[in-house]
Amino acid sequence: MSTYALSDSWVMTRRELAHWVRQPAQVLVGLVFPVMLLLMFSYLIGGGRGVEGDYVDFLVPGMFALTMAFGLEGTMLAVTQDLNKGVIDRFRSMPMANGAVLVGRSAADMLQSALGLFVLMGVGYALGWRAHGTFGAFMGAVGLLLLLRFAMLWIGILLAMVAGKPEMVQAVQILVWPVGFLSNAIATPESMPDWLATVVDWNPLSQTATAVRDLFGSPGAESGHIWAAVVWPLALLAVFFPLAVRKFGGLSK
Amino acid sequence: MTDVIVVEGVRKRYGDKDALDGLDLRIARGTVHALLGPNGAGKTTLVRVLSTLLRPGGGRVEVAGHDVVTQAREVRRRIGLLGQHAALDEELGGRQNLEMFGRLYHLSARHARVRADELLERFGLADTGRKAVKRYSGGMRRRLDLAASLITEPEVLFLDEPTTGLDPRGRTEVWEAVRSLVGGGTTVLLTTQYLEEADQLADGISLLDRGRIVAGGTANELKALAGGDRIDVVLRDGGQLGAAVALLPLARAEISVDVDRRLLSAPVVDRMKALAGVVRALEEAGIEAEDVALRRPTLDEVFLRLTADGDLGSDPAKEAV
Repeated sequence: MSTYALSDSWVMTRRELAHWVRQPAQVLVGLVFPVMLLLMFSYLIGGGRGVEGDYVDFLVPGMFALTMAFGLEGTMLAVTQDLNKGVIDRFRSMPMANGAVLVGRSAADMLQSALGLFVLMGVGYALGWRAHGTFGAFMGAVGLLLLLRFAMLWIGILLAMVAGKPEMVQAVQILVWPVGFLSNAIATPESMPDWLATVVDWNPLSQTATAVRDLFGSPGAESGHIWAAVVWPLALLAVFFPLAVRKFGGLSK
Repeated sequence: MTDVIVVEGVRKRYGDKDALDGLDLRIARGTVHALLGPNGAGKTTLVRVLSTLLRPGGGRVEVAGHDVVTQAREVRRRIGLLGQHAALDEELGGRQNLEMFGRLYHLSARHARVRADELLERFGLADTGRKAVKRYSGGMRRRLDLAASLITEPEVLFLDEPTTGLDPRGRTEVWEAVRSLVGGGTTVLLTTQYLEEADQLADGISLLDRGRIVAGGTANELKALAGGDRIDVVLRDGGQLGAAVALLPLARAEISVDVDRRLLSAPVVDRMKALAGVVRALEEAGIEAEDVALRRPTLDEVFLRLTADGDLGSDPAKEAV
């Protein structure tokens, strides 16, 4: 590891932030899209199949988790665009720290996701959602959500390097919908056929959604899922982080 | 003079194709060297190996005194690379790009800023520094790309087809920039498909074909390799070409005839003697010539000759009269 690893990573993070300044519309769309989904589900589709109690208390934490999971495609798109540009060749021919490119990417994406979560919480609050637990539980929930995002980030980076083509990003952008909806983010598995409910229960997204509902003290929330919401993303990271880093280091071979 | 690039028996395989097939190359410090070859000859692969972007499959490669595999970082400190496609962040402005690259070369923030200003000034981009690179013209983009390759005043600069896709004005701009660099002592390795470019810029030229160097030398040496000087005779009446071939004092087997252009061409050894002999013979036979000219072979002819199938082992220079 180079002594410049930190400063190189910081330069790469600033590069992403400079992109935000140059392209504020893109950032805005990224922030507005989950809000739009939340409004659609609460007002247009609303009702919440099989949900007991107030649907907003169920839906809003579910949307937090869903938004974190959907972050995967944003990361994949950004990395794919980068890899298909010549600039990555210049980075690789410079004496900079290996991996600073990836660190910059993850820092910027995590920042954007934290910002997105903040905005979504504000809109949720306006819709009547409340966090009933302690401050510690609240921060724990935020931590679990960002942990899920972090795991998705490295899956996105690996997918981008394996697929490599903008067309593949489109495929993933479509596929995240059924995968995202095969969870308890917007509906409870009780309303689904047994076999489907089993799939839904196994979805890491469901575990995080259930755990944060628990931590936010949403009425009727199931408890006992927090460990799963920690273990699942960590397990994904244990697999995808080293794969992504190795793949990036091996791009030249 | 020391060799700043040393390539010995380097190999790179893609599938069952040898992109580099045991290639050897040495380039002296402070010179401009051109790698000339058709698409797929291995030019870009070689540049990517030399600039540490690609790990060679075998052989030894040293750039600026360091091994590209085991001392990649040391090599990267000393090289600049201008790839075929602009290696810039298109969303950012020109100055932002140069400052970012400067920081990644570990210049201080202030030094990176000063250097960016210098380079923008030098490449005539001072007043476009804020504009996003994606709004630049092709020539401006290439100049900024070149500026980014020069941030640390590299010992060795790689230029992979630096003028491909540029209009004539952009091409001239890049050529001028390369010439001014060499004055500063930088060693330049450029690849090109344009013989003219190699001829214009390079001290030494290597012809690359199918992953090997098939010939090397100065432009003049290479031209001599293709058979030295030639004489071209254009007749007024194409019907007399046959008669002319029979009587001219030239080696019959070496004469090539182009009926459409009423042209007859042959290699010569003694320029003046051949010219006088041809003119006298034509006069005596009463064959009217529109034009008789001595010329050196173009690099195109050299290239075609040296890369033609099955012709790689022979030495065409020996066949001249």
